[in-house]
Amino acid sequence: MNKLQKLLVESKSLNRKLLSIFLTAGFPNPQTFDKVLLDTAAYADIIELGVPFSDPVADGPTIQYSSQKAIEKGVSLHDVLSMLKNFRKKSSVPVVIMSYSNPVYRYGVERFFREASSAGLDGIILPDVPYEERCPYISAARKYEISYIPIVSLTTSLNRAVDISGTSTGFVYVTAVTGVTGVRKSVSRTLPCFLKDLKSRSNKPIFVGFGISSREHIIGLKNFCDGFIVGSAVIEVIRRGKNISKFLENLRSGL
Amino acid sequence: MVPDKNGYFGGFGGKFMPETLMFAVQTLERVYHKFIQDKEFRKELNFYLNTYAGRPTPLYFAPNLSKKLKIKIYLKREDLCHTGSHKINNALGQILLAKKIGKRRIIAETGAGQHGVAVATVSALFGMKCAIYMGTEDIKRQRLNVYRMKLLGAEVVPVESGTRTLKDAINEALRDWVTNVQTTHYLLGSCLGPHPYPVMVRDFQSVIGREAKTQFLKIERKLPDYLVACVGGGSNAIGLFSPFYLDKSVRFVGVEAGGCGLNTGFHSATLEKGKPGILHGTKSYVLQDKKGQILSTHSVSAGLDYPGAGPEHSFYKDTGRAVYVSVTDKEALEGFRTLSETEGIIPALESSHAVAYLKKIPKHKTVIVCLSGRGDKDMEQAVKYIKINE
Repeated sequence: MNKLQKLLVESKSLNRKLLSIFLTAGFPNPQTFDKVLLDTAAYADIIELGVPFSDPVADGPTIQYSSQKAIEKGVSLHDVLSMLKNFRKKSSVPVVIMSYSNPVYRYGVERFFREASSAGLDGIILPDVPYEERCPYISAARKYEISYIPIVSLTTSLNRAVDISGTSTGFVYVTAVTGVTGVRKSVSRTLPCFLKDLKSRSNKPIFVGFGISSREHIIGLKNFCDGFIVGSAVIEVIRRGKNISKFLENLRSGL
Repeated sequence: MVPDKNGYFGGFGGKFMPETLMFAVQTLERVYHKFIQDKEFRKELNFYLNTYAGRPTPLYFAPNLSKKLKIKIYLKREDLCHTGSHKINNALGQILLAKKIGKRRIIAETGAGQHGVAVATVSALFGMKCAIYMGTEDIKRQRLNVYRMKLLGAEVVPVESGTRTLKDAINEALRDWVTNVQTTHYLLGSCLGPHPYPVMVRDFQSVIGREAKTQFLKIERKLPDYLVACVGGGSNAIGLFSPFYLDKSVRFVGVEAGGCGLNTGFHSATLEKGKPGILHGTKSYVLQDKKGQILSTHSVSAGLDYPGAGPEHSFYKDTGRAVYVSVTDKEALEGFRTLSETEGIIPALESSHAVAYLKKIPKHKTVIVCLSGRGDKDMEQAVKYIKINE
C-alpha cells in the first residue's frame, strides 16, 4: 500500500473527511515553490501537483494563468518530479500528480511512472484520459504502485460511473460542476443525488472537485463524499499574495 | 480506411477528452454510425449539397498553368462551393446530425474564417443559435470573414489566450462545449478531435474525391498520377485522397505551410517537423517541444496555422501512403499570383500552397489539385504582401 492508500483506509475507519489541495507546480515561481508546498502540507491531507500544460482544455482562467506563468519560467514534468523528490525529504503527505496526457506521453509513459515512483509519487490523475484510453496508464501505474485516480462527471451515466470507479486504486474524482475548473458560487444541485447513487454501487472513496472553493461548499456536501479537492480558489490566494495558511485553515474548519 | 472500434488509424486517433464530454462524443458516434449509411439521411444531405451548396463542383482543366509547368493540371473547384470553400460539405453534414440528436446550439472554431462562415451559414439555414470562436490574431487578418459571420447572425467570440490563433480557438470552443454540452453540438471543422470526428469529417469531405475520381475518369479514362492538397488539420486533403486510398498508382501529396522556412521555427509543418503526441482529443503528429508543450506556429494563411494534423494523415505518413511536403509563405504568395494571372482564378492563401507545389511535380504527369477555397477573403493580406505595378 502506498501512502495515499494507507491514508484512505485509516480515514475511512475513523470516518474522517479529507482535504486535497491542488497547486500548479512552480507557481508563482519555481524558487519559492518549495515553501508553498510545505505551507500547504501543514493543512492538506493530500497534495495534488498540477503539471503545467500549454493547452489545458479542462481548466478555467485561473489555472490557465498559473500554468502559463509556470511554463514561462520553464517548469517541465521533469522539474515537477524534482520538486516532489525535494518535498519527500521533508514531508510524508501523500502527493498525486495531475497532468494532461501529452507531457506524460512525450516523457514516455513507462519512464514517467518509474521515475515518479522513485521520487515518491502516490497517485496520478489524467484529466483528458477517459475510460476508453486508460489501459497503458493503468498498467504502468499498477506496476509502480501509484494509485490511478479516474474522473467521473455529472454527465456520466451511473453504469459507466460504476465501471470507471472500478478502475480506481485510490479515490474517485467526481466533478462538482459541468464545466471547467474555477471558483463558483454554488455547485450543481443534482450533485448530492448523484453522489448517493454512486456510493450505493461503489465502495471506492469519493472526492469532489471542480468549483469547490469555500468552507460552505464543504459543509454542504460532506455527508455525501469522503473528501474534497480545492484548486483554483487556492491559486487565487497565492496569486494575490495572500496568506495561504489562513485560507486553508478556514477550509479545514468545514470538514 | 476504416478506423478500429476505438477510433484508431494504426497508432493514431482515439478519444482523449475530459469525462464530461464523453457522453456527447459517444452519442455523436452512435448517431453518426446510424445515419451515415441511412438512405433517407444521404438523400437529405445530397439535397442540400446539390441545391444549396452548389455541388457537384467542376473539375477544371487548367490549360495555361499546365502549359507553363509542362504537367497536366486539373483543379477541383471547391472554391465554387457556396460560402467559398469546401468547409460547407462538412458543416451541412454535421448540422443535420446535430438536428437528429436534438441540439439547439452550435459552436465552432475557425482560423481563416472559412469554417466559421460555413457554420454560421448552416446555422442560419436551420435556425440554430451559433457561436464561433476565433483567435484575435486571426480576427485581425480575416476581418471580412468576421463581418460575414456576424451578418449571418453568429456571435463571434474573440479568443485572447495562448497564441490567439486556431489552436486557442479550439481550446475555447472545447471549454464552451464542456460547460454547455447538454444543449450544444461542437461542429468541429477539420479531420481531428476525438473519434468519431476525424472519420466523420473525412466522410463528409470525401464527396470531393468521389466526384473528382468520376470526373477525371470520364475525361481522361485513367487515374491521375498525383493528388495535391494543402494540409492544416487536413480536411480538404483527406476528402480528396481517401476515395483513392486503394488506387496505389495514385500518389498523394499533402502540402503544409512552411512559413518562413522549416529551420526558422516559424512554420506549421506538423507532419514534417512534429512528433507523435496528444492534442485536442486525438493522438497524431503534433508540433511540440521536448517537454511536451505545444509550440506556436506561423503561416501567412490563417487556415493552415495549426500545430496538429488529423490522425489519418499521421497514419498515411507513417505507412508511406502519402508524402507531406511544405512550401514557404513566399512560394504560396507566388502560387496565389500565378493562378490569378494564368487562369483568372484567385485561390485562397491556404489552397495557394497546393498550387505553389505544382512546379515540383515531374514533367508530363497528370495532377488533380484541390482548390479548397477562393481568395476573396485574403485581399487585405494580398495588398500587404504583393506589390502590383500600376
